[in-house]
Amino acid sequence: MEMDKKLVVSSSPHIRSIDSVQSVMTDVLIALFPVALMAVLLFGYQALLTMAISVATAMLVEALWLKKKDIFSDGSAAVTGLLFAMVLPPAAPWWLVVIGTAMAIIIGKQVFGGIGYNIFNPALVGRAIVAVSWGSHMVGTVWSSPEPFAFGADISAVTTATPLAGEAQAQAVTLAQLFVGNVPGCLGETSAFALLVGAAWLFYKGHIDWRVPVGFIGTVFVLGILLGGGFYENHLLTGLFHVLAGGVMLGALFMATDMVTSPVTSIGKLIFGIGCGLITILIRLWGTMPEGVTFAILMMNALTPIIDNFTVPKQFGGVKKSA
Amino acid sequence: MEVKKFTGGISIPHYKSFTEHKEIKEASLPGELIIPLLQHTGAPNEPLVKVGDKVKAGQKIGETDKFVSAPIHASLSGTVTAIEPRSYLTGQMVNSIVIAVDEKQDELELSDVDVETVTKEEVVNAIKEAGIVGMGGAAFPTAVKLSPPPDKEIDALIINGCECEPFLTCDHRLMLEKPEELLRGIELIMKMLSVDKAYLCIEDNKDDAIEAVRQKNTNPQIVLLRMPTKYPQGSEKHLVKAALDREIPSGGLPFDVGAIIQNVGTCVAIYEAVRYKKPLIERVVTVTGQNLNDPQNLMVKIGTPIGHLIEECGGIVKEPAKVVIGGPMTGKAQQNLGVPVVKGTTGVIVLPPDMAIEDMEYYDCVRCCKCVEHCPMLLYPNQLSIFCEAKMIEEADEWNALDCIECGICAYVCPSKRPIVQLIQRTKPLIREMQSKK
Repeated sequence: MEMDKKLVVSSSPHIRSIDSVQSVMTDVLIALFPVALMAVLLFGYQALLTMAISVATAMLVEALWLKKKDIFSDGSAAVTGLLFAMVLPPAAPWWLVVIGTAMAIIIGKQVFGGIGYNIFNPALVGRAIVAVSWGSHMVGTVWSSPEPFAFGADISAVTTATPLAGEAQAQAVTLAQLFVGNVPGCLGETSAFALLVGAAWLFYKGHIDWRVPVGFIGTVFVLGILLGGGFYENHLLTGLFHVLAGGVMLGALFMATDMVTSPVTSIGKLIFGIGCGLITILIRLWGTMPEGVTFAILMMNALTPIIDNFTVPKQFGGVKKSA
Repeated sequence: MEVKKFTGGISIPHYKSFTEHKEIKEASLPGELIIPLLQHTGAPNEPLVKVGDKVKAGQKIGETDKFVSAPIHASLSGTVTAIEPRSYLTGQMVNSIVIAVDEKQDELELSDVDVETVTKEEVVNAIKEAGIVGMGGAAFPTAVKLSPPPDKEIDALIINGCECEPFLTCDHRLMLEKPEELLRGIELIMKMLSVDKAYLCIEDNKDDAIEAVRQKNTNPQIVLLRMPTKYPQGSEKHLVKAALDREIPSGGLPFDVGAIIQNVGTCVAIYEAVRYKKPLIERVVTVTGQNLNDPQNLMVKIGTPIGHLIEECGGIVKEPAKVVIGGPMTGKAQQNLGVPVVKGTTGVIVLPPDMAIEDMEYYDCVRCCKCVEHCPMLLYPNQLSIFCEAKMIEEADEWNALDCIECGICAYVCPSKRPIVQLIQRTKPLIREMQSKK
C-alpha cells in the first residue's frame, strides 16, 4: 500500500539545528564588526585598506589551495584574514599584509589539513612570522598614534611607542583612553569597549565559553596587581592597566577562544586561559618584547592536546579513567 | 520537592503545538492488521493461530514460554490471511500475523475486577497476560521489568511523563484525559513492588497535565515533580538523576540504584489490564508533522499500517517527505507506509521536503565542542565521531562509546553536520565483538 510515495530515509536525529560552520564564522565576522569599525574611526582609511587586503588575500589563498570556486566557502578564511589584520600596526605596508595573511592560511592552517586540524591559531602564526621576519615594521617606533577621524592623514608620520614599552609610555595614557581605544596599538586591540561589544554577540550565540577569557583576563589582572610594577600607586589600577593595554582583550576574547586550537574540556579551557594569562605577564615583565599575548596563546595552543588528555572528566555513571 | 538537574542536555524546538490541544480521537478501522510476532525486547512469540482462522478482538494469537517476552493479541476481529515476514519499523522483515479485519466489530468483552483487593500475583499475571510492554518506545516486557532480581532493593517508583521528544503529545494527552486511570495504575505498581514513594515526573511545558493530575491525586505517596523542559529529560538515567539525585553506574540499570521507571502510557495500560482484563491492543499515537494536513492524537489498534493513519490525517502535503516512527531525535525513518503501529509506537511524524534530507553532506570536526557541552552522558562525541569514522575501535571503546545513549543531541548541534550518532551506532557492535574476543 502506498509504496509509490516518495519517502526519504536517513539516520536519526531527523531535526538539526540551523548552526553551520558558515553561520558560526559569519557570527564571528559580525562580532568583529564593531572592532573593525573602531579601527577605521581611530586609524583612518589605511585600517580599512589593511583589513580589505588581508580578508581578500586569505579567501583567495585558501580557495587556490583547496582549488575551490566558492571563495567565501565556510567563512573561516575571511575570519582568519580579518583577525590577522587586527593584530597589525596601522602603518603595516601592503606587502607585509599579503605575505602574513598567506602564511597564516598556508602555514597556520592548510599544511595541517585545513580547518579543524590546525594546532596553532592561524592569524597568530601569521603575526609571529611577520613579527620575527620584519620586526621593524611590527614593533617600536611604527606604532601609530591614533588620530581619530583623521582620514587621509599619513599616519606613519605620527608614530609613537605602545603603552607597554615602558613606564613613561604607560603614564602617557589614561585607563579611560585604553578602554575607548584612542591609544597607540594594533588595529583591533586598542578598544576594549568594541571588543567587549563584539564578544557579547559571541556569548549570546553560544559560540564562546566564558572559561577561556575569564581565565586569561583574570590571571593577567591578578598577576598585574601582584607583579605589575609601579605604573600606578593603586595596584588595582596597575592590574587593570595590564588587562586593557596591548592585546590581552583581543587575545582573550577572539584569539584564545578559537574553537579549533583551544581545549575541548571545561576544566581544560580554564587551565588554557590561565596559562595564556601567566605567559603573557611573564613575557611582558621579564621578556625582551613589550607584549606577550601572541606567543602566550601559541604556546598554550601547543599544549592543548596534553591539557585535553589530562582533563577528561568521567562520563555519566562512569569511573574516572585517563584516556 | 526540589528537582535536581543533570549536566548537559539541550533545549530544542518543541513542535508540539500541532497536536497538544487536540483530544485523543478513535482512529477508523483499517482493512488489514499486521501484528509482528516480535515487537518487544526479548524472545519472539510463536503463532497460536493459522491462516484461515477466525479471530476475535482481544484473542491471544501469539505466545512463548520464554521469560523475557510478551504475548500478542488480535486488536480487532477478522480472519488470519497470512503469517509471513512483513516490513517492521527497524527496516527489517519480522514474522507477522496478518488479519483481514471484519467490517462489523463486536464490543470487546471486559471484566470488572476490584482493584482494591487484588493481590501482587494477580497484578503480575494480569500484566503478563495483557502483553504489556514499555510504551515509551523501548518496549521492554513490563512484567519482567516489575520483577527485579531479589538482591535489588527497590525504594522508588518513577513515572515518566516527560515526553521530551519534540512533536510527541500522546503521553501529554493521556495524562490530561485519563489522570484517574494513570494514578490508579501507579498505585497498582506501588503495591506490586511494595514501594511507598512514586514520583510522577512531568516537564514544565505541560502544566495543564500537571494540574489535571494534581486535582485528581489524593495519595500523598505519589509525588508530582515538575521537571525543567530539557532534552533528554525522559531518558531513564537522567530522570533518575533529576528525580532522586542518584547516578546509574555505567552499563547499569535503574534498579541498581533502587529505582524502577514506568512510562505514563504503560501505567494506564496496567490499570486497564488489572481492572478490565483488557489486553494491550490499542494505544495513543501522535500523528503529526508540518507535512501532514490534519495532525491528530489517535487511539490506534496495534497492527494498523501507518499509511492508514496518515490518510486519516488528511495525507502528506508535499513530497518528498520523511516519515518517522517515534520522535524526531531518536525515531526511525520509514521506507514504506505498510509498516504497522506496534505497542512501542509513540508517534508517526511526517516531515516536509526541506527536513527530509537523505545524506546530508558533512564536514570535518572543527572542535567547536557544542556536542561536548550538551552531551548528557558527558562523553566526547567529537572524538568518538573521528574514531568511529576511522574504525579505530579500541580508541572508541576507551572514550566510552558504549555509554552513548544515542539521544541525538551531538548530531543535532553539530555545525559540521557530522552524523555522529550513526557513526557511534555502527561502531558499538564492533566494540562488543572486540571485547568478547579478549
